[in-house]
Amino acid sequence: MIDIATVSPEKPSIKQKMTIVQSLPVSNLKVIDLNVYIHGKHILKDINLSIPEKKITCIIGPSGCGKTTLLRSLNRLHDDASEVKVEGQVYVGDEDIYAKNVEVTHIRKKMGLLAQRPTVLPMSIFDNVAYGPRLYGIRRRRKLYEIVKHQLQAVGLWEEVKDRLKTPAVRLSIGQQQRLCLARGLAVEPEFILGDEATSALDPLSTTKIEEMFLTLKEKYSIVLVTHTLRQAKRISDYIAFMYLGQLIEFGPSNEVFSNPKHKLTREYLDGSFS
Amino acid sequence: MKNLEEKVFKALMIFASVTILAVLLYILYVIISKGLPSLNWDMVSKIPSGGFYLGKEGGILNAILGSLFLIAGSVLISMVISLPVALYINFVKRKESKFSNTLRFAFDILFGIPSIVYGAFGFMVMIYFGLQASLLGGIIAVSLLVIPIMVRSIDEVAVSVPQDLIEALKSLGATQYETLKVIVRQISPGITTAILLSIGRGIGDAATVLFTAGYSDSIPVSPMQPAATLPLAIFFQLSSPVEEVQNRAYAAALILTIIILILSFSTRYFGRKMSKSKL
Repeated sequence: MIDIATVSPEKPSIKQKMTIVQSLPVSNLKVIDLNVYIHGKHILKDINLSIPEKKITCIIGPSGCGKTTLLRSLNRLHDDASEVKVEGQVYVGDEDIYAKNVEVTHIRKKMGLLAQRPTVLPMSIFDNVAYGPRLYGIRRRRKLYEIVKHQLQAVGLWEEVKDRLKTPAVRLSIGQQQRLCLARGLAVEPEFILGDEATSALDPLSTTKIEEMFLTLKEKYSIVLVTHTLRQAKRISDYIAFMYLGQLIEFGPSNEVFSNPKHKLTREYLDGSFS
Repeated sequence: MKNLEEKVFKALMIFASVTILAVLLYILYVIISKGLPSLNWDMVSKIPSGGFYLGKEGGILNAILGSLFLIAGSVLISMVISLPVALYINFVKRKESKFSNTLRFAFDILFGIPSIVYGAFGFMVMIYFGLQASLLGGIIAVSLLVIPIMVRSIDEVAVSVPQDLIEALKSLGATQYETLKVIVRQISPGITTAILLSIGRGIGDAATVLFTAGYSDSIPVSPMQPAATLPLAIFFQLSSPVEEVQNRAYAAALILTIIILILSFSTRYFGRKMSKSKL
């Protein structure tokens, strides 16, 4: 396991950093020297991280450590907030998403975001899932129907809603809504799924369903989850990133991190000394 | 001691509520008791014939239609202006940005300006453009009156659109314009309420239309013709020395009240229907 924070004490060049980052598991999403300031406050400090491909990576850490800020940096959701300043690079494939001429919608399309609370659109179940594909120009009813059916099946919602695709999506239960949001995100064919405490508003049963979903989905997508529950991280993650006060303290395969944390802070956090 | 305090305040609250209710009921009683005897089919189906204001034949169809035309026109114009403003200060600019809050403050002031000032201002604008008192002039003046109401009531629902929804749309790759389209759908119950509130306020106002829309005994067939309105119909009939005509003012008031009542019931109905389809 490579702990980036300890590997290179003096400032290495970008190129060196790239090599370090590249020695990590196969990755299509790399964060290099990411610094984020909100209202002038240094929220993320020199984050270097590469998200392993087709794995579940859980970002854990105490409240206010910058987990969510990091996740949001990955699809440039900070763009509209003038008080947020982002420095550094995030590479999706070979493309730096913070480069000048990058079209932001193009980046966001590659990232499916699942928020803390389900955010269904004010339209029918069908239209919710079809919204993304329609944005990208798919108009034919039959094609849309296939996509909707496929994605609803992928999240295990098809059987529950197939007879009422035209009803407003808000009538679904919260757990169903969250799965609908996942299906909606998948319908634009992203490469990554970002989850910001995606199960914290759900009941245990729905949580289990969503977690199972993630375990199936990691065959096709790289998944990054911010989570507050260590147990959830233990259950589903392949990799763990532990953050503390805006720094990435430890990153590694989850069984290693959980059984033998390298860093004192990680150990204390996992032991429940602070939360 | 605490107990007494509780009781005093409870009594005050009950007293205030009952007073308001009593005033409302008394107004309705006066309008109905005086207006109902004079209310007949002629009132709502005929325009005034010669000597109407001296107690002769005819009705106020001209004013009913005038008011409806006027309000339809001004609601349309103000919607075209208010919706973009509300969307701009909430979703293009940030909700709590200095610009947005300044604009909100400005609309709050406009909200409080007496309607006669809008009437006078509208009149000035009309003179500048060489317009005579006409339906169009009235529509412009009433729009000025109604825009602040509309902006603020759309703004109120727009503020409560969850940031999560906007971010969800953006994560799907929606552009600003595409995001706004969904937001308009999200706040459509609020837009309905704003429209019906504006109708209620605009249709009952006399001062704005006094100089701008003028008054006429015939039904306006073009926006350049002067148009009668219900509030002014009430005003003119009430100033008549003939008692019969005065009572017709109450009948006109009753008609106006019924129109407003229908509109506010439909506000509630639409509001409930919208929120039902939301749950």
